[in-house]
Amino acid sequence: MSVPLPVFVAVPLVTAFLLPIFGKKGKSAATFLANIATIALLVLAIASIGQSNVYKIGKWPIPLGINLVYDGLSSLMLLVISVVSAAAMFFSIRYMEQYTAKAKYLSLFLLMVAGMNGVVLSGDIFNLFVFLEIASLSSYALVGFGCQHEELEASFKYMVLGSIASVFILFGVALVYGNTGSLNMAYISQAIQKSGLNAGLGFALGLFITGFGLKAALVPFHAWLPDAHPSAPAPISAMLSGVLIKALGVYTLARVLFNVFGVTIPIGWILVVLGILSMVAGAFLAIGQWDFKRLLAYSSISQLGYITLGIGLGALIIARAGKDITAEQLAWASLAILGGLFHLANHAVYKSLLFLTSGSVEMATGTRQLKHLGGLAEKMPVTRATCTVASASIAGIPPFSGFWSKLILVIAAIQAGFYWVAAIIVFVSLCTLIMYLKVQRYVFLGELPENLQQTKENKGSMLVAMVFLACLCVLMGLLLVPGLRETILTPAVNVLTGGYSYSADVIKAAGGM
Amino acid sequence: MKGMTIIVKTISSWVKVLIFLFGIYIVLFGHLTPGGGFAGGVILASSYVLLMLAYGREFAEENLSLPVASKLDSVGALLFAAVALCGLCCGAAGFFFNFIQQRWFAGQDRAFDLVSAGTIPLSNIAIGLKVGASLFLIILVLSMFRPDTSTNEKE
Repeated sequence: MSVPLPVFVAVPLVTAFLLPIFGKKGKSAATFLANIATIALLVLAIASIGQSNVYKIGKWPIPLGINLVYDGLSSLMLLVISVVSAAAMFFSIRYMEQYTAKAKYLSLFLLMVAGMNGVVLSGDIFNLFVFLEIASLSSYALVGFGCQHEELEASFKYMVLGSIASVFILFGVALVYGNTGSLNMAYISQAIQKSGLNAGLGFALGLFITGFGLKAALVPFHAWLPDAHPSAPAPISAMLSGVLIKALGVYTLARVLFNVFGVTIPIGWILVVLGILSMVAGAFLAIGQWDFKRLLAYSSISQLGYITLGIGLGALIIARAGKDITAEQLAWASLAILGGLFHLANHAVYKSLLFLTSGSVEMATGTRQLKHLGGLAEKMPVTRATCTVASASIAGIPPFSGFWSKLILVIAAIQAGFYWVAAIIVFVSLCTLIMYLKVQRYVFLGELPENLQQTKENKGSMLVAMVFLACLCVLMGLLLVPGLRETILTPAVNVLTGGYSYSADVIKAAGGM
Repeated sequence: MKGMTIIVKTISSWVKVLIFLFGIYIVLFGHLTPGGGFAGGVILASSYVLLMLAYGREFAEENLSLPVASKLDSVGALLFAAVALCGLCCGAAGFFFNFIQQRWFAGQDRAFDLVSAGTIPLSNIAIGLKVGASLFLIILVLSMFRPDTSTNEKE
């Protein structure tokens, strides 16, 4: 079955604008409709696995019109986005009852999903920027949704840094347009293959790395994330940490560097260094935190480092080998990228689960300070169980998903000859274990404080969403099984290792030139 | 906010109609002359903003209340999406496909008529509604903001 690609953008967008019409009375109808939309998107994303096509909007031939491209990488990202958004939306049914203006929240949530789906599908670099802005603007509003002093401050900080990133990206797009005469990514890539990089394009490349790096919160650009992610309502934190920074940052970075500009040795090193910096600094900063959600936010930076490192190692191996790349080198590069992308999918699942459990704890106890919590294991058994699964997964304990992706990264680093990188990966994994043992110790074990004796487990949709994600945490390791791997992960890796062949594929599929 | 002097009020009550009409003209002729949905929407909103400046916020809110403007905003966006989705539904065409022109006006020299260009005028009307309502809302909400001076006075 072939799904028309604009549906991925149109469904959340139309639903988002339908919801405010219900007004204050139709809150439950609005919630129902929003959940239908996210679940429908999940079904569509699963249904369209395996197809690869190019969609020309309004039947305009490329490069005149805008095109949407669905390939392996987009398919993986769409799947991740729709899984996390369906779970977070289901969690919101109950969790958002404590806020006013639920319909507005649902609208903004769906707008963010529409923006992210657009970013991963767009084959046109300016259109990518527009969708990126849709997702960013709605996330600025969602971070400040509580309207408390602290939340507004975090939202403002996020908005300032996010806007700087957007200006960088827009400037980069303008330079690329000026130097290649096209906004279509396939045609830009072709122009770059023909004439190589000139000064303007090199500057644009720097602007893209900075801009997308800011959106991805890699370490020198991370300052906004530890404020913004904890301030948002829990399902939104889950969306922001789980998918937004990946769709807007890592995906765009990978797409632009691998498929449009082509990887070179300096770019590979930049990615590796940014990845290692994020991993180490994020982990060290996270261990010292006493705010549950802030700890998770720093941990996101650290985990994002893993993803960037995996992709960067792949880029480095490919760039070093140059044109006459042997099958073995290509296999190790693929393995490194596979590790990065698999970690991306895993991190989306367990980090959103961790944020949802933190929301569950906060709703039941009214605090998220680790020092004021404790002994909740018996009071909140389901939250505890799911949180433990997610913690084990993120720390890399064997049967859980996080172990497999980290193992692949370590193997790839050793095979590529980067023994020190492998050592750092293992070391940061140990730090991760420490910070999540701290979470377990201070939230669920230890003594129950006097004022929390009456704590009750949350009910209904919140539990369903958490258990759903916890099951995925256990089962995600199965994605590596031959058969499943060829349908989801390998096509995504092939898009990146294929490099410039992206442009030829797109142009061929669209019937241009 | 009581508004401005009687001179400003009288003049703006005459001018606002002209501005509103001009906005409608820019929206409707968007596919023929410079301008279009966005520019026309801004002009539509500015006629209400003029009202707000001359008569005060309360008066403007009586004319176009916040919930109504918010609904108009959503309706504009929905209309735009509906035009795009009709392209997807009509025959084997695509998203945003200009389905009207090819079907009904093929072979007829209707270029530069008011009713021409297929779905583009419809999209312009939707955008005009959306931009007009949301710009009015933005300025209305901004004018509601008052720096909180009460706490300072108490201290």
